[in-house]
Amino acid sequence: MLKIENIKKTFNPGTANEVKALQGITIEVEERSFVCVLGTNGSGKSTALNAVAGSFMVDEGTITLDGVNITRWSEHKRARYIGRVFQNPFSGTAPDMSIQENLALALKRGQKRGFGWGLPRHVVEEFKKMVTPLNMGLEERLENPIGKLSGGQRQALTLLMSTAIKPKLLLLDEHTAALDPKTANKVIDLTQQVIARDKLTTLMVTHSMQQAVNLGDRIIMMHQGKVAYDFKGEDKKRLKVNDLLKLFDELRRKDNIDPAVTTLLEQYYV
Amino acid sequence: MSLLIGSVIIGLILALLALGLFISFRIFNFPDITAEGSFTFGAATGAALIVAGVNPLLACLVAFLAGMVAGAVTGMIHTRFKINPLLAGILVMTALYSVNLHVMGKSNMPLLNETTVFTWIENFSVWISGADAKTNLIGWEVAVKDLWLLLFCLVIIVFFCYLLWWFFKTNIGTAMRATGDNDQMIRALGVNTKSMIVAGVALSNGFIALAGAMLAQYQGFADVQMGIGMMVWGLASVIIGEAIINDNSLGFVIAGAVIGSVLFRLLVAIALRWGLNPNDLKIITALFVFIALILPGLMKNKKKFTFKRKAHA
Repeated sequence: MLKIENIKKTFNPGTANEVKALQGITIEVEERSFVCVLGTNGSGKSTALNAVAGSFMVDEGTITLDGVNITRWSEHKRARYIGRVFQNPFSGTAPDMSIQENLALALKRGQKRGFGWGLPRHVVEEFKKMVTPLNMGLEERLENPIGKLSGGQRQALTLLMSTAIKPKLLLLDEHTAALDPKTANKVIDLTQQVIARDKLTTLMVTHSMQQAVNLGDRIIMMHQGKVAYDFKGEDKKRLKVNDLLKLFDELRRKDNIDPAVTTLLEQYYV
Repeated sequence: MSLLIGSVIIGLILALLALGLFISFRIFNFPDITAEGSFTFGAATGAALIVAGVNPLLACLVAFLAGMVAGAVTGMIHTRFKINPLLAGILVMTALYSVNLHVMGKSNMPLLNETTVFTWIENFSVWISGADAKTNLIGWEVAVKDLWLLLFCLVIIVFFCYLLWWFFKTNIGTAMRATGDNDQMIRALGVNTKSMIVAGVALSNGFIALAGAMLAQYQGFADVQMGIGMMVWGLASVIIGEAIINDNSLGFVIAGAVIGSVLFRLLVAIALRWGLNPNDLKIITALFVFIALILPGLMKNKKKFTFKRKAHA
């Protein structure tokens, strides 16, 4: 379904601020698979997700979605196939516009927007049915601006919006990281429901190992812009939080000897 | 009284300018100073075409399109070459100064002996109720002609307000509003925000140029300097409108811009009548907008301050 082949990205190349964010990543995601991407800070997990979403163009490598090479596609063109929820609850909704207007915008994701009425009456009824299962009382507040809602309510709405038209790929970028634990659980439950209902192919970046263990059918662990571990099927099912912690420790231990020593060793032996 | 009616008419014409600035400044958050050039551009284009014998309505339409082109250039400079919006506007505004001189062939173009949209209305008034007809309006004696002009401008403005309101409620208009509100979000929903900005700034400058063309016809001349200070003028109108209406829904904000424009023009007329030096007009306008811009922040600070004191006690 999604094929990421050897993508590389360096930010601010040739300056003091040079960051080699992605150093050759290859991931293939099967249809209807739910992949959790874990990693330390700065491991490039969010960057990898943004590369797929098209927030920037990769320096090298190709990205293929459902057989279409989208490597050079702009962000808005990719949005035809990709639904996204961001880490920041403010990113996914237009605060000054009403809930129903936001939902109406989402219903046109990737389609041509013409001079048709933006908010037809029959659609509003549909929206009521969409938000009622959230149990947040939003069905009574469809005309209120989204800016008045809490972060959890916004994320729940963003999730509904990104899947209002079934996307070929759903990208979740630590979408519960900015929420309190209780709200985060609610949003995660909703995420699971939506993904199961629509049988979505999903890539979810998370910092929470518990989430990664509980959710999905595959865990990819990233480190320093590369894929460090990749667990699928039975391996993934057997994986516990403690195992993941051990792996992180291992990576960290490697780090401590890593940069200086490797260059030294390279100088002597390569 | 005819002075007041004249002010209201000019206020209504300049409401088109206010609507233009509302689009760029409020919807897109784009401080678009192209306005000063495109206002004159519209006036110059309209005037030159009318002098050349073109139908004045057609001249207005061409002026609108000319403004759109100017705005599109600004939008393009900003989106394609990633130049700061203010600077992009300044570049186009400066370039338009030369363009305007070329369009008119001189720095001032009189229209007093030409047939304009407003001469049509005056002729219509003469045809209906004879030349120099007067009527009684709440105890004042006013020329019937002036009332027809007022009605005409009112109809035009209501029409354009409705058009704008309708447009911003369509799918594409809603996407434009979302572009100004949260561009990241609307890009993730598949909208090309760059073209939205170009189209929006173009639309904004179309309205502004139309205001210029109408004003030139009403006052009977186009002048290469007439755009100076127009951006701040339009902003003042939008801000007054917001303060009076105090409602964020689209229809009210649009209506507010019109009311703000008329009120501001009336205030200025009254101040001038009371002996305000016309040379001071621009500095007072600028100060007014400055105060209006910082006032919300100041009030918030004040609230925090009193709250803290209470908490301390």
